[in-house]
Amino acid sequence: MRTLPRPRGPLSSALLNLLERDDPSRAPELADRMEQSPVDPDIFFDEDLQLCLFVLYELHYSGFDSVADRWEWNTDLLQLRSRIEERFETRIMQSIPAIPRVEANAQSVAEALSAMVEAAPGRSVADFVARRATIDQVREFLVHKSIYQLKEADPHTWAIPRLGGRAKSALVEIQGDEYGNGLPGRMHSQLFARTMAGLDLDGEFGAYIDRIPAIVLASVNLMSLFGLQRRHRGAICGHLAIYEMTSSLPNAKYARGFRRLGFGAPVTDYFDEHVEADAVHEQIAARDLAGGLVEAEPQVAGNVFLGAAAALLLDGLAGTWQVDTWESGATTLLPAAEVPA
Amino acid sequence: MSATPGTSITLCPHGPLLVRGDFELLDAMGLTVDPRRGTVALCRCGGSLIKPFCDGTHKLLEFQAPDPTAARAPNIDDHPRSPT
Ligand SMILES: [Fe+2]
Ligand SMILES: [Fe+2]
Repeated sequence: MRTLPRPRGPLSSALLNLLERDDPSRAPELADRMEQSPVDPDIFFDEDLQLCLFVLYELHYSGFDSVADRWEWNTDLLQLRSRIEERFETRIMQSIPAIPRVEANAQSVAEALSAMVEAAPGRSVADFVARRATIDQVREFLVHKSIYQLKEADPHTWAIPRLGGRAKSALVEIQGDEYGNGLPGRMHSQLFARTMAGLDLDGEFGAYIDRIPAIVLASVNLMSLFGLQRRHRGAICGHLAIYEMTSSLPNAKYARGFRRLGFGAPVTDYFDEHVEADAVHEQIAARDLAGGLVEAEPQVAGNVFLGAAAALLLDGLAGTWQVDTWESGATTLLPAAEVPA
Repeated sequence: MSATPGTSITLCPHGPLLVRGDFELLDAMGLTVDPRRGTVALCRCGGSLIKPFCDGTHKLLEFQAPDPTAARAPNIDDHPRSPT
């Protein structure tokens, strides 16, 4: 990312300050500061903690132009991250429905995942975009999506070396498509940048970080939480299965919404591509990836369904919040920084 | 998945036909239809708006695919044919 985000509370202030000054000697106190901060009952909506997590994870992706790469493996920051993750995971476990118990075969896993999708609560952003969203609201919609879609597929790619056999082939097959099958310009992240450009939005990753609220960051942080840790290799596969299984039909609705507002290609290309690609990916992800993994390692079945349930939970919360906010006539973006006089 | 021939077609339960491997997709004139990816899902429910490809509509239609093991079972007598 070009620049560090603005802080949103005491912990993110301390963290960003540390990174800006490039001063590792002050890192040890961060984790303690975290312990002293009051336990927020809802970390999903905690701006300070979700921003910290986002920044800590970003060190493992493209990093920040102004931050030295060696911070990625700073043990004090890793400790801080694991403390925030502990609260995040606890909250997730408290909030998801009972994990299904199924036979360790691909078909049963795929069926259980479909049943989870059917039962998931949450309001539909896709229906809202298709029928009612204004031009300002679809721009907000793109801004929120940009914090994942401009690095689409990356968090799931971490899992590749942790898998074997059928599950690994499945993941590589899906990711190959996500990364454009070797054709420059066809990466899904690049298609998304072109969609943004068509609405005069900045397609540089992280350009809108300061406008994106905690609940949206939480849904992205979730993928890094699962993707970066071997113990969550099941969860990141379950998460991807849910993403693929809840994509074709919503993307057709997004495309319809943008056409209703007068846009065509290349703005709609991203959505049209996902209608077609994810109809393939959902079959591979549910059966061969999630199902193949459970067949190979039955002991991670619970973790696969945890990832699936967490994906549905956080996207449901974010979607409901988004539609409710739009219906109340308000913006879903955090206020822009006041320009200093 | 077994060690395979060049092409496999998977009957996805209540969903599309997943075609993987070496294949060519041709229209009625014999012209190539660009599959745009290595593995494609072909519509089996008839409801897709992007045929021949799947767009997930089978889920809305609650498409029930016949049991593939029973596919050959229907009585041939149901479709009498005159000898040719
Ligand atoms: Fe994609
Ligand atoms: Fe996909």
